[in-house]
Amino acid sequence: MPEMRLLDAIRLGMYEEMKRDERVMILGEDVGLKGGVFGATDGFYAEFGEARVLDTPLAESLIVGAAVGMAANGLIPIAEIQFSDFIYPAFNQIVSEAARMRYRSNGGFGCPITIRAPFGGGVEVHGGLYHSQSIEAFFAHVPGLKVVTPYTPYDAKGLLKASIRDPDPVLFLEHKRLYRAIRGEVPDDDYIVPIGPAAVRRQGTTLSVFAYGQMLHETLQAAGQVAGEGLDAEVVDLRTLRPLDTETILTSVRKTNKAMVVYEDNRFLGYGAEVSALIAEEAFDALDGPIVRVAGLDVPAVPYSDPLAGAFIPTAAKIADAMRRLAAY
Amino acid sequence: MPVEIKLPQLGESIHEGTIAKWLKKPGDRVEKYEPLVEITTDKVNVEMPSPFAGVVKELLAAEGDTRAVGSAIALIETEAASAVSAGGAVHAPAADAASGPGRGPAGSDESPAPERAAAAASPARASGLRLSPLVMRLAQEHDVSLAVLETLHGTGAGGRVTKEDFLKYVAGRAGGAGGTPDTAAAGPSAPGKGMTAAGDELVKLTPIRRAIAQRMAQSKREIPHAYGVIEVDMSAVAAWRDAHRETSKRDGPAPTYTAFFVRAAADALRAHPFVNASWTDDGVVVRKAINVGIGIAIDDGLIVPVLRDADRLSLTGIAAALDDLIRRAREGRLGIEDIQGGTFTITNPGVFGSIWSMPIVIPGQAAILATDAIVKRAVVRDDAIAIRPIMHLGLSFDHRIFDGALAMQFLNHMKTWFEEFRDGR
Repeated sequence: MPEMRLLDAIRLGMYEEMKRDERVMILGEDVGLKGGVFGATDGFYAEFGEARVLDTPLAESLIVGAAVGMAANGLIPIAEIQFSDFIYPAFNQIVSEAARMRYRSNGGFGCPITIRAPFGGGVEVHGGLYHSQSIEAFFAHVPGLKVVTPYTPYDAKGLLKASIRDPDPVLFLEHKRLYRAIRGEVPDDDYIVPIGPAAVRRQGTTLSVFAYGQMLHETLQAAGQVAGEGLDAEVVDLRTLRPLDTETILTSVRKTNKAMVVYEDNRFLGYGAEVSALIAEEAFDALDGPIVRVAGLDVPAVPYSDPLAGAFIPTAAKIADAMRRLAAY
Repeated sequence: MPVEIKLPQLGESIHEGTIAKWLKKPGDRVEKYEPLVEITTDKVNVEMPSPFAGVVKELLAAEGDTRAVGSAIALIETEAASAVSAGGAVHAPAADAASGPGRGPAGSDESPAPERAAAAASPARASGLRLSPLVMRLAQEHDVSLAVLETLHGTGAGGRVTKEDFLKYVAGRAGGAGGTPDTAAAGPSAPGKGMTAAGDELVKLTPIRRAIAQRMAQSKREIPHAYGVIEVDMSAVAAWRDAHRETSKRDGPAPTYTAFFVRAAADALRAHPFVNASWTDDGVVVRKAINVGIGIAIDDGLIVPVLRDADRLSLTGIAAALDDLIRRAREGRLGIEDIQGGTFTITNPGVFGSIWSMPIVIPGQAAILATDAIVKRAVVRDDAIAIRPIMHLGLSFDHRIFDGALAMQFLNHMKTWFEEFRDGR
């Protein structure tokens, strides 16, 4: 089984779906001739031609709006938002049109589009204010929209294929620090990873940590750091943010009796707030400590400067400290 | 302004009560201290006076419902002013009533009736105990009281009792003798899962059974018991009783044997105060009051009403007081004050035919006396064989407090009292 990077797995997933189904097509900024700024569609333009791999103007509302129209006419578009920071012009198309299509047509129409968006920041990324943000909380709030974010290359291919085949819109978030940092085995065959279920990446008994994307990576490293101290953390990869796998979360909390959520977005009303509320409501009498959020600072954006970006973003060391405090509570 | 009436803390280690009878219904006017509801607990039945004057607005618990201490059972519409003053008055006595099991017998903590009434409406406790939802739930599942939780050594932040602390305690409790000292106030043993065979029946514990089990197990765990038994010739007492069988107009019912036992024991306790004492880690507390508890079998267990200041009562006075206590015990009408404050206990297995008994000392006391059946036996008197009514008098005692010599002095004191009994004592 070939080992590959997360980015390669995403490219492979799209490639296989383009091969499998002629209706599948790609549109976005620089996705054609350039092959994408991260290289996710490298070679696609030559292979599938300009009719199926469309370079668009710098207009996200057009990218998603056109995708909605294509889907309504029988195509299966994959819309790439070059950086998730740029998605806001498309907010109206995603929330008011794509996400509500099935509801407003009384189940008559779906909107089978997949919106890929690289997100997240970090010291190596130097993304600054316009290339680092986490946007999941805005969109996971919206009924009718699925929000997915893979951590392993295996999941990246499987979840992307499931997203493309989904009859309704899916926002597919890719943490860009993982693109070339994570390698893993990805089978050649045509498999999917279903949208919905979370994955327990590390079994533990002391406390449960829920995370996704780069923060899952940091959390797993933190769990390794504290393992020698008798602190046995269970780490759950949420991977689908909506619909949320509440059962896996609650089962884990009922096992360890302590819960932590890690997310890179601003702490206030970030994705972890929903997970915390779920646990408080459904597993209150299983809690032997407060539900802890480890999250980005409540400042307007991930800063450009390395030290400031490092201060903003939760790191393995910060997560390990929070784990120690919660374990000792 | 409607005010919640809460189930009061009715005594140490009582966690719940059952509404036996509402004495007022919604719309009724109730005066301050006027009886509002009869409550049954695992120890006693009490009549709860209303802590406020007002109009009963709503009953939040039906007759027969069991409610946790501190939960609201009724709403009373009061004038705001009186509610505030009543609320202010209730706190201190409630905290007193809620003190943990580590305390000695409540020999001197009686509150006058109005204060008790006020305590009835107060929150269960003003404890600083911090418990996580999980530990609260586990405590309920494992039947561990708040009072016991307060004694646990917490290893969490700020001394919090963590899940691990709690599970360690439960594991130690299940292990019986393996329990650590700070878990000595333990509740009943964990249920014996997997101990039943086909056809066996698990009889759930009644509150009174559970309370008895807890107290007896605690005593046997903490108190090193020793025993002494003496033979008493009851001829003199029997002869006197034969001559005084009728109920006297002046003195009330003829004294039962139990009245004699109490009278003789009070006499002996006065002569040997260390038998009327309590063990504490700081030393032996020698009790001034002689409050004699009498074990009485009731339907599903045993209750021990207390005859206060038994040494100050005559034989007929004791007989009258006993008559009242026993009747109320059988009718389930004992109040908290009737069962608290005992300093010594008498149990009378003789009525069931036992001739040799070794009872368990009630925690907080030094000794318990067993009076066995009076049986006619052939005994030697002046080198001749005589037939006499003989009773074994047995003392179980806390060997930490005194030794066998004192136990036998005490028993011999009683023996002499019985054998030399003559009218007028």
